[in-house]
This record gives sequence, structure tokens and C-alpha cells, in this order.
Amino acid sequence: MTNGNAPIIQMTDIEKHFGSVIALAGVSVDIFPGECHCLLGDNGAGKSTFIKTMSGVHKPTHGQILFEGRPMHFNDPRDAIAAGIATVHQHLAMIPLMSVSRNFFMGNEPEKKVGPFRFFDHDYANRVTMEEMRKMGINLRSPDQAVGTLSGGERQTVAIARAVHFGAKVLILDEPTSALGVRQTANVLATIDKVRKQGIAVVFITHNVRHAMAVGDRFTVLNRGQTLGTAQRGQITPEELQDMMAGGQELAALEGSLGGTV
Amino acid sequence: MGDAASTSPSQDERIKEISALRRALIRPELGGMVGTVAVFTFFLLFAFDSGMFSSQGVMNWAVVSAQFMIIAVGACLLMIAGEFDLSVGSMIGFAGMIIAILGVTLGWPMWMAILATFALCMAIGALNGWIVVRTGLPSFIVTLAFLFILRGFTIFLPQMIERKTIIGGIRDAAQGDWLAAAFGGKILGGLFVWLGDMGLISVFDRGTRAGQPVVDGIPMLIVWALVLIVFGHVLLTRTKFGNWIFAAGGDAEAARNSGVPVNKVKILMFMFTAFCATVFAVCQVMEFGSAGADRGLLKEFEAIIAVVIGGALLTGGYGSVIGAALGALIFGVVQQGLFFADVESSLFRVFLGVILLGAVILNTNIRRIITGER
Repeated sequence: MTNGNAPIIQMTDIEKHFGSVIALAGVSVDIFPGECHCLLGDNGAGKSTFIKTMSGVHKPTHGQILFEGRPMHFNDPRDAIAAGIATVHQHLAMIPLMSVSRNFFMGNEPEKKVGPFRFFDHDYANRVTMEEMRKMGINLRSPDQAVGTLSGGERQTVAIARAVHFGAKVLILDEPTSALGVRQTANVLATIDKVRKQGIAVVFITHNVRHAMAVGDRFTVLNRGQTLGTAQRGQITPEELQDMMAGGQELAALEGSLGGTV
Repeated sequence: MGDAASTSPSQDERIKEISALRRALIRPELGGMVGTVAVFTFFLLFAFDSGMFSSQGVMNWAVVSAQFMIIAVGACLLMIAGEFDLSVGSMIGFAGMIIAILGVTLGWPMWMAILATFALCMAIGALNGWIVVRTGLPSFIVTLAFLFILRGFTIFLPQMIERKTIIGGIRDAAQGDWLAAAFGGKILGGLFVWLGDMGLISVFDRGTRAGQPVVDGIPMLIVWALVLIVFGHVLLTRTKFGNWIFAAGGDAEAARNSGVPVNKVKILMFMFTAFCATVFAVCQVMEFGSAGADRGLLKEFEAIIAVVIGGALLTGGYGSVIGAALGALIFGVVQQGLFFADVESSLFRVFLGVILLGAVILNTNIRRIITGER
């Protein structure tokens, strides 16, 4: 539970080019354990490219990534998962037709031996799933319930609980709240808070400043592949963040006519 | 964890309690179960005294159903893994022909011919799967190509070698072969003799076999069907690999993100489907004593229909082996039952169409209740 001073991931001067397109032009970010690091940016700002670089999907064109103080060389996302970097994608996380416990243990199925055969240990899987979901504040009707019957927020929570259960040190959440209602968003934000208190580093990608302000410890704004530095909680106001994301002017003009509701 | 079974304190007040009966009924196999009950009720009412439920009658439709079951198990697991195999029927004809060519024309020992055929057919299944996962093409198209390729070879090879489209003499070649007996033999003969002696089943009353039961054992075909159903059901619901089958068909991308070897699962399922088709083919050539170029026509569709009646989702990720077996049973009972009931056999298709539609509508509704698709 140490909120140590050593960052778990240090990304320095990351550049990523796709052919002639410069998606990232020198981004530097440090991620600390037990903190929620909010990565803000409008569509096309380079958020997705950045987290894919962090989770091993892309290799940076330039720049250095240190994971726990050592240079990181991941050949594919499986390596990153094994090292403890888990990404929860907005859509590609759960299989709606399968039960919660089958989803929870997908790819990590517990087994018990009966004679020479190995069977899926459903009792263990169901028990652990119920337990982990209760820790996150969700009471499942039954672990056999299909994920399709859960709300969007509950699905995100299952995905987060799964990543935490399987030993994630860094949890990357790709726009977990963008498609959710108010109450569900609150649930997911509460889950992020619980995870952070367990000493896990959370990288929270969003374009909603209010969601970021609710749980963030540090804020980095990406704009057109570049960053304007990282601010700590209390050093920056929501208005400033919003301005940095949108590039200022247009939104300021809009805000005048909308009466400050954006 | 001790209180896991007890009701949790903060139940969602919006979730209605579901009665135990309703919960027991809401399962993927329900469509198949209802269909089975409906079909048996129908024939018990209209064909009871036709001989359909005598020992020969039961054996008649049981064998036909078992044939459907064997290919339905393979098609079911493959469909749940998210793919189709339209080459099953051609594979049946092809496998039978290869056994005949190796075992009769080339004179290999029958066990060697059977093993070589299994190896060849499963390799073709693996090739099917490999092309599908490599190219990302729909398996519908890839296996449609193999439907033609394999059927073409099945007609071409015997014509080239023996100048005819049927190769016979398999029964003589298989005489006394240990592996051939595992496909063409019968078991529990003693039990049936005893049942005949007790007067429980009918016996021949004249001729050289007078006093012997008309049905003299359970064909290995039925044993294979039951073994494959149990194997498929346990594999799917009780193992880690079964979870991968569901995941691969439910959402291949999400499964890959979670570390499931999706390509491997799919290729293995193509191989398993080829295995089932080969079992069917070996049992068939042992029973008929010959291999014909037209064997197995349309079997792929019959397998797929049985699987869909059994509650599987055509797009993958959902289904049940037990359901597929019930679908095959419905298929076999209807096909043979209409014959017993002395109904015009073309009505078989009408009846089947009605059952298919009814079962699928019921299954769709059940699935929506279970998975919250609505």
C-alpha cells in the first residue's frame, strides 16, 4: 500500500509515427502506484495510441519506457498482461453470451483433477466471482447470470475486478464511463477509487473533465499528439483542463452562449 | 464466503424472484426437449400399433437418430466456436471411399485403412480450419469449396481406379478385423438373447434363426453416438477448453485479449468435426459393405439443422451438445416415424420445416431471457 515516490511506469519523450502521420510527438508521463492518473484529450488527440504503446500493442518510434525502473520490451500484449499491465477496453472486454464467472476466468480457468482428467472448477470460479464482485459493491443474482444481463457499468466493474484479481499492477481503463448513465458512472468511479486504494496504478482515459476531477490524482492533457505537462490534484481547475483539451478559444466562445454548462 | 448461498442483504428490488420451475426450464435445450416430447406424443398417438415401438421399430429409428447425432455433435461444437463446416457430407463420402480404396483395392489390413483415413480426414479438417483462421474468410465459403473438392475426388478416384462409382467387398475385407468391429459390430448380444427368451422382445419364429431375437444387439454406431455426446457435453461444460470454445465463438477479439488461443481452438474444432464425419463414414461402410460416391449428400445441412433445433446460435458462442443430440433424435424419429405411420414420405420435409421453425422461435426467446439480449 505504499504510495511510494518511485513511478511504476516512466514514459519519456515517446513518439509514434504511422507512415507519414505523427500520432504522438514527444509525450512524457510518469505513472505512480496507488494513484489515478487521468489522461484527457479530445477525439484524435492520441490517447488510444498512447495507451496502446503503454500496454505493448505498439512499439514507440522514439523514446523510452521504463517499467519498474527497467527498460520495457514487450513483444505483444500477452507479455504486458503477464508483467501486470492490464487494459480494460470499453467494448472488447466481456462476452455477453457467457456467464459472469466464465467471463471472469476466461483465459485463466481454474482446474481440479479428477483421476487423470482435469475439469473446470466451477465451484471455485463461482465462489471467487461472487466474492470479488461483492468487494466491488455488486451483488450478483447468480454467477451463472450471463454478462449480457448486466448493465454497462457492471460490465466495466467485472472487467476491472477481473484484472485486479489476476494481479494487475497497472490498470489502464479506456474510456470506461463514456457510454454510461449517471449512476453507473458513479459506480465505476467508486470502483476506480477502491482499486487505487489497493496500491494499484490506474490510468484513466476520458474526455469528461468532471469524471476526471472526481477521482484523479494527476492529470495529463493530450492535444494533437503532444502534452502540455502533468498537473497534480489541486493545481488545476476544471475550466483550465477543459480549455487545454479543446485548445481554448472556440469553447470559450461557446461557453458564453451556453451559460457555462459545457 | 460462507454466506455465499444465503440471500445477500442488498437485493436489487427491481429483480423479480424467478421460480425454481421456471429457472429449471430456462435452458438452451428447452426447444429440443419440447420438440422431443411433441414428436413422441404425436407418434405414440398416431403410430403406436404400427410397430414403431417394437424392438425392431425402436432399433430402426434409433440407428437413424444415432447417425444424425454423430455428425451433430461435431457440428455443434464447431458452431459454438463460431464456425461452420459445409463439407461434412462430402467428407463422409470421401472418407468411405478412401477406406474402400485402401482396404479393398490396395488390400491394406482394414485397421490400417481405417486409421489412415482418420488421419487424412482430420488433416483435411485442420486445413479447412487453418485456411479460415489465416485468411479470415467466412468458414461458410472455405468449407463450401471443400464440399465440391472432396465430392469431386470421391467421384473421380473410384472411376479412375476401378472404373465404377461404388466399391464393394468391404465386409469380406473387414472380416475378423479388430478395429472394423469397433465400428461395424454389435454389443450386448447376450442381453438381447435373454430378452428374447423371456418373451420381452420379438424373436424369429421360423427359418434357420428361429428362436433368436430379431434385434440381436446394440450396433456400435449407437455406442459411438452416445460416447461422442457424453464426450462433447463434458468437454463443453466441464473443462477449460470448453470455456475457450464458448469464448472463441462469443467474441474472438475479446477472447484473444484475455489470452485464449482462439485460432488453435477453431482448428481443433474443425478437426473434431472431420473426426465425427469419419466415424459416421466408417460405421456406414461397415454396415453397407460398400463405399459409394454419393454417400453423405446433404448431411452437412441435416447436422446444422439438428444443432439449431438443439438451441445453438448460428453466429456462435451459445449452444448445447445435449440440445443438438435431441435435435438429431427429433430428426431421426420424424424421418422414420412418418414411414411407420404410413404418411406420404414427402411430408417428412413439411413436418421437419414446422419443427425447425417452432424450435428456433422458442430457442430465440429463451436465449433472450438468459442473455438479456432484448
